[in-house]
Amino acid sequence: MGDALVRVEGLTRYFDVSKPWLNRVIEREPKAWLTAVADVSFEIRRGETFALVGESGSGKSTIAKMIVGLLPPSEGRIVFDGQPMAGTAGAAMRSLRRRFQMIFQDPFASLNPRWRVGDIIAEPIRTFGLASGAEVRREVGRLLEVVGLGAADAAKFPHEFSGGQRQRIAIARALSSKPEFIVCDEPTSALDVSVQAQILNLMRDLQDEFGLTYLFISHDLSVVRHMANRIGVLYLGRLAEVAEGKRLFREPRHPYSRMLLDAVPDLEMSGRRRKRVEGEIPNPIDPPPGCAFHPRCPLVADRCRREIPAPVPVADGMAACFAVEEGRG
Amino acid sequence: MVSNVPLLSVRDLVVEFPTRRGMLRALDKVSFDIAEGEVLGMVGESGAGKSITGSAIIGLIEPPGRIAGGEVWLRGERIDNLSEERMRRVRGRRIGMVFQDPLTSLNPLYTIADQLIETIRTHADIGEKAARDRAIGLLDQVGIPAARRRIDDYPHHFSGGMRQRVVIALALAAEPDLVIADEPTTALDVSVQAQIIDVLKEICAERGAAVMLITHDMGVIAETADRVAVLYAGRMAEIGPVADVIKAAEHPYTRGLMGSIPTITQTGDRLTQIPGAMPRLNAIPAGCAFNPRCPEVMPRCRSERPELLPRAQGRQVACWLYAREGVRHG
Repeated sequence: MGDALVRVEGLTRYFDVSKPWLNRVIEREPKAWLTAVADVSFEIRRGETFALVGESGSGKSTIAKMIVGLLPPSEGRIVFDGQPMAGTAGAAMRSLRRRFQMIFQDPFASLNPRWRVGDIIAEPIRTFGLASGAEVRREVGRLLEVVGLGAADAAKFPHEFSGGQRQRIAIARALSSKPEFIVCDEPTSALDVSVQAQILNLMRDLQDEFGLTYLFISHDLSVVRHMANRIGVLYLGRLAEVAEGKRLFREPRHPYSRMLLDAVPDLEMSGRRRKRVEGEIPNPIDPPPGCAFHPRCPLVADRCRREIPAPVPVADGMAACFAVEEGRG
Repeated sequence: MVSNVPLLSVRDLVVEFPTRRGMLRALDKVSFDIAEGEVLGMVGESGAGKSITGSAIIGLIEPPGRIAGGEVWLRGERIDNLSEERMRRVRGRRIGMVFQDPLTSLNPLYTIADQLIETIRTHADIGEKAARDRAIGLLDQVGIPAARRRIDDYPHHFSGGMRQRVVIALALAAEPDLVIADEPTTALDVSVQAQIIDVLKEICAERGAAVMLITHDMGVIAETADRVAVLYAGRMAEIGPVADVIKAAEHPYTRGLMGSIPTITQTGDRLTQIPGAMPRLNAIPAGCAFNPRCPEVMPRCRSERPELLPRAQGRQVACWLYAREGVRHG
């Protein structure tokens, strides 16, 4: 694990959530903007699993989509292996595109039901011209075996498989372009726990075998704990904390990270006293001024209500919190 | 009050769905009890029969599905064969329901006040004003701030977590003996999930209502339930006190299930992996339904179905491993 494979700098994304033009004119309302992601910066090191956690509306999936190029950022930039993604086009972009892939949450929606599994997996191979003729079929068979299915499954359709098997097919397709980096957006949220365990184990084996780098997105903290080397905690589109996995769970610094970890129901039944969680995530169209977490924060001070805290470096990451900065945390 | 009659007793419950390709058995001889004031967790993977069990108890199996065998007793009275009219009085009044998606339980066209007052007055003979006061009291109890003002709002004015609190208030409006909560927190974020579980647990404890908590989230069960029942392919695999089942599961399926769950307190290198997947209902293997995936399978498991057998500390497990022991010691 060493240099940064992916660097995200000041990434920001707004969405226009205004009413239709006529309504705005009649009701004299200005345009409305939702800030889904605000000034997010982090780096993902080669060979590691970097996780983003957060509750719904925290901007996890928006960041994932921007990184793989499904959504253009409003501001900020994404640098893949030293090459800025914006401004790269044509053949250079094609060769960049081959090197990253994405696995989606719902394997029932991400596979084309009219295509045979073999064609689904072969599409990236053909698109990037990585093989031709009988070689493609051999490669598809090999990939199916890598993810724990059989070469004969290439002739079947997606509906003949269970959810876990479909996610294996999605993984085989993602691997087919021989990528270095895979963005996994809630890859096991739609699966049962025993199947989830199979997929998580498979993903770790593949990482060891092919030296893959993962961006792992999940709302499930136990899964993240199991998979990630480093973790970024998002709250209302901003990074609250970045930390090494072990440290975050042992000693979270940001008050929101602490609250989130306290809220997780624990199988160990350690009998730990849970702090009562207060309040809910505010409306992202009208976020509170200053630190977005201040209305729920036990360490709130005057300054938190006015200014947005800048990231403060801590031992193995950062925390964006005045209480941490001032040593009150 | 006869104290050794359980609040709810389910005996050999069978639920079937006729399909073009034959009869599907969604529940196959499921038996369990819930004591007064107890929280029973019901776990299993999708299709194991958790929700069907809940629906069968309150007589809400969608036709053409039907209860094809077994009995359901509530406080010593049989309720699975009641007329629709009498069943409706049991539902809501004696058994309250909380579903996964609060929007399906609330009518978007009526205010919270309308819905709560209607429910209260259907089951209790009191006036509009008294019912309204009781409704406000309920909303207070489930932790809705400024209940007196918010009671006249519509469901869409509330956030997901607040709506689920309203649904809990609605389920408890008629002071039922039992609340069946089917994945009550699955649609909610973690920080809100903890709040809802706390409310549900506290308010039921205060009122002495028993809870049947259906969920796939073992963490929620671990922190909430007194006992836990594990379903597999429509059959009861194991049932017992929650700490025993989680820390020292006896059924090989439960053991695999517990090992497959990542926890926040430890990072094992690998999760325990149960090979394969739960069988579809039209392809349940002969003998023990778990036998093709079981690491300890014996010849007998492939032909004979194990019954739920009593074990120490009120535990029960359906597995031939323990029957064999019983023979040896007995």
